[in-house]
Amino acid sequence: MNRFPLWKYILIAIVLLVSALYTLPNFYGEVPAVQIASTRAAIKTDATLLQQVEDELKAQNIPYTGAFLDANSVKVKFASNDIQLKAKDALQARFGDGYSVALNLLSASPAWLSAIGAKPMYLGLDLRGGVYFLMQVDMAAALDKAADRYNNDLRSQLREQKIRYSGINRVGQTVELSFADAATRAQAEQYIDKNFPDLLLTETAADGSFKLVASLRPEAQTRTQEFAVQQNITTLRNRVNELGVAEPIIQQQGVDRVVVQLPGVQDTAKAKEILGRTATLEIRLVDDEHDITAALQGQIPFGDDLYTDRSGQPLLVKKNVVLTGDYITDASPGFDQQSGQAAVHVNLDSRGARIFKDVTRDNVGKRMAILLIEKGKTEVITAPVIREEIGGGRVQITGMDSTQEASDVALLLRAGALAAPMNIVEERTVGPSLGADNIKKGFHSNLWGFAAVALFMIVYYRVFGVFSTTALAINGLLLVALLSMMQATLTLPGLAGIALTLGMAIDANVLINERIREELRNGNSPQAAIHAGYDRAWGTILDSNVTTLIAGIALFWLGSGPVRGFAVVLCLGILTSMFSAVTVSRAMVNLTYGRTARLAKVSI
Amino acid sequence: MEFFKFKHAIPFMRYGKLTTTISLLTFVFAVWALAHNGLNLGVDFTGGTVLEVDYPQPASLDTIRTTLEKTGLPEVSVQTFGTTRDVLIRLPLKGNESSAKTSDTVMAALKAQDPGVTLKRVDFVGPQVGKELYNNGALALLVVALGILIYLAIRFEWRFALAAIIANVHDVVIILGCFAFFQWEFTLTVLAGVLAVLGYSVNESVVVFDRIRENLRKMRKTSIPDIIDSAITTTMSRTIITHGMTQMVVLSMLLFGGEALHNFALALTIGILFGIYSSVLVASPLLLMFGVKREHFIKDTKPKEGVTADGAQV
Repeated sequence: MNRFPLWKYILIAIVLLVSALYTLPNFYGEVPAVQIASTRAAIKTDATLLQQVEDELKAQNIPYTGAFLDANSVKVKFASNDIQLKAKDALQARFGDGYSVALNLLSASPAWLSAIGAKPMYLGLDLRGGVYFLMQVDMAAALDKAADRYNNDLRSQLREQKIRYSGINRVGQTVELSFADAATRAQAEQYIDKNFPDLLLTETAADGSFKLVASLRPEAQTRTQEFAVQQNITTLRNRVNELGVAEPIIQQQGVDRVVVQLPGVQDTAKAKEILGRTATLEIRLVDDEHDITAALQGQIPFGDDLYTDRSGQPLLVKKNVVLTGDYITDASPGFDQQSGQAAVHVNLDSRGARIFKDVTRDNVGKRMAILLIEKGKTEVITAPVIREEIGGGRVQITGMDSTQEASDVALLLRAGALAAPMNIVEERTVGPSLGADNIKKGFHSNLWGFAAVALFMIVYYRVFGVFSTTALAINGLLLVALLSMMQATLTLPGLAGIALTLGMAIDANVLINERIREELRNGNSPQAAIHAGYDRAWGTILDSNVTTLIAGIALFWLGSGPVRGFAVVLCLGILTSMFSAVTVSRAMVNLTYGRTARLAKVSI
Repeated sequence: MEFFKFKHAIPFMRYGKLTTTISLLTFVFAVWALAHNGLNLGVDFTGGTVLEVDYPQPASLDTIRTTLEKTGLPEVSVQTFGTTRDVLIRLPLKGNESSAKTSDTVMAALKAQDPGVTLKRVDFVGPQVGKELYNNGALALLVVALGILIYLAIRFEWRFALAAIIANVHDVVIILGCFAFFQWEFTLTVLAGVLAVLGYSVNESVVVFDRIRENLRKMRKTSIPDIIDSAITTTMSRTIITHGMTQMVVLSMLLFGGEALHNFALALTIGILFGIYSSVLVASPLLLMFGVKREHFIKDTKPKEGVTADGAQV
């Protein structure tokens, strides 16, 4: 009656083997590494880069213990932190432009483990140190901006259509238009309805004037806000790339929030400054009339600035700003219809379109520079020649080397600036020493907790105590293996969760052991007692675990950050404990006692 | 080895009035502490800034205080944290200011006064986020309580579910009461601990109820209070050992887990201690009070001889 079919033993053996394998990387520790990733879509991270990095390190006589290419970066491992820092400086100097060079820690586990996807547990910021920001996008400001844009568009469009209005103003997030009579208003209404599908119009009449209030439709509002958040995330990602953070996480949370996690970053003041800074885009005319060589010698003509473009060519750009990024409503990569060359299509709002039309008409044949200004540093993205007058607000920028570069420029144009201001509403910074300290403390809690439980169980239940303790250790193994496989974030409360699960998991074994003792007391034979003990305890174990699982799921659902880490461990721990405490411990009991036909005594 | 050998069932139900009175008193005390002192909510819930800094030598709290007062941060609370070299600085939210700049200002001032100081941790929580975390926490408590109630009602019967949930909410209130009375800081991690206790100590009631259900089916001729007594007595050994075991782990957390896990472990300790008591001595008398009957579980069997129609008495 206490025998398992062979397949059950094999199944358990396989589960244990796989778990052991996936737990293994956690024991190897980490080695210092440097990772190099492209920050521009135009520059690919490929085998060539890997070769270049290796060549550079060899040229600089910096020894490294391994270099490889993964999905989007080149990673190089080093023997010590000193060499790592030296290498970072060398690589920064060589690849500083267009690449982000970041310090990282990589698992020291052998290559065959990495090959089967076995990674160490993913540590949360409270264990490895770093910064967590929760940023709130100012949605009202995004809508204000949209209303401003419509205000300008409506004004110029109505003027163009020769629909006479007596006033047009932005009031909050709506635009108020007033007209002299009802007929004009009806005319305007018809025009706006047709050409601005996103606007909702309501008629009001006050003091003898005929008014029209245009507001964004709810779905358009949502779209505007979603767009603002998306654009901000893109912008933040670009900025974080510059910071050189190894594994940043930037993602949307809820409707209007963005989570930014920067592991390993210590200089929070700098991080905050970079994340919060504003970039602007400017379109200015290139001055090709003056002598560039004279300018390079220091004689910069009055009213000009000297810049170098991305290919390193110097050029003079007029100080007078034609357009700023505020006029751009969208930018997307594409192709020039005539030449088939890669191009970027930029949409300007109506005011921008008018200015642009005038300027291009007056400057055909001249060059126009598109500049990105960040932190007082100006970069010329491109400086194409104006071929003809460009109207309609749709601008095509050609002269890109590849489609990659086109999408890169489009991204920069879109993501150069934040679409709406952002505020930090939550910040959690953990220093590296505290992180390491937390790991140590969490580990000791587990170790001594486990030791105490093991000692008691073995003394109290003897052989069955050994089974229970082994099952408990296996529970720990399964839990760590699962956490490693899922790459769930392990936090300090998560570490406490592991300890707590161990303390709670033993409950199942105590239930079983007590039940077996009771059955023995009632005069059952040992074999029958073992069988009944496991059988009857199962229902209870299930019920009591489900209630804890409910708590775990609610915590996961409503918790945030470290608490969520606790919830994950709690839920997984309950699942693994049911397997280890019931199936695995039963297997051990069956192997030990199950084959003796007439068992006289069990050690419990 | 065996600690608990009971030849006869202990008549717990006879002491029902006494135990109910005791738990009622503790409960009232906890509610009073909560109402009178209120919870000492951490920065997670109130919003504000907490900095943990580390000095190479024992820190002078007064110097830190005056330094910060000079920078225009008068409402700071400065205290040591764990060791004399670690200092915890708390700053309340300033008006509606939601910027995270405060921590930078503080660090700049402290660095100017003593360059050896290093920043170990910053927690800044804006007012809106604090409120949300608070509401989510309260919601989580409610969801867990309801979830358990529904599960037990399905698995057992509504009387069992209600008795168990009352007993455990009673535990939670007592934990909160202790935190209010001693003014221990109540953080998100502590809340996680409280919720874990809610899920965990319900186990206790489940184990006893499971046995009651089993006994109801098996011991047809025994009265309900005797069945409950027998169920509690037979599961007694397991109850104490399991809780003792969990407490050992929690104790290890309390001793080795450091300041960060201290209050979490405290919440668990109180929860475990009262968990034993309440699930045995609160849930079961409640069950009796709600009028649990045998036929709630045995519907398809005909009444046997000597058992009256309601099946409760011989």
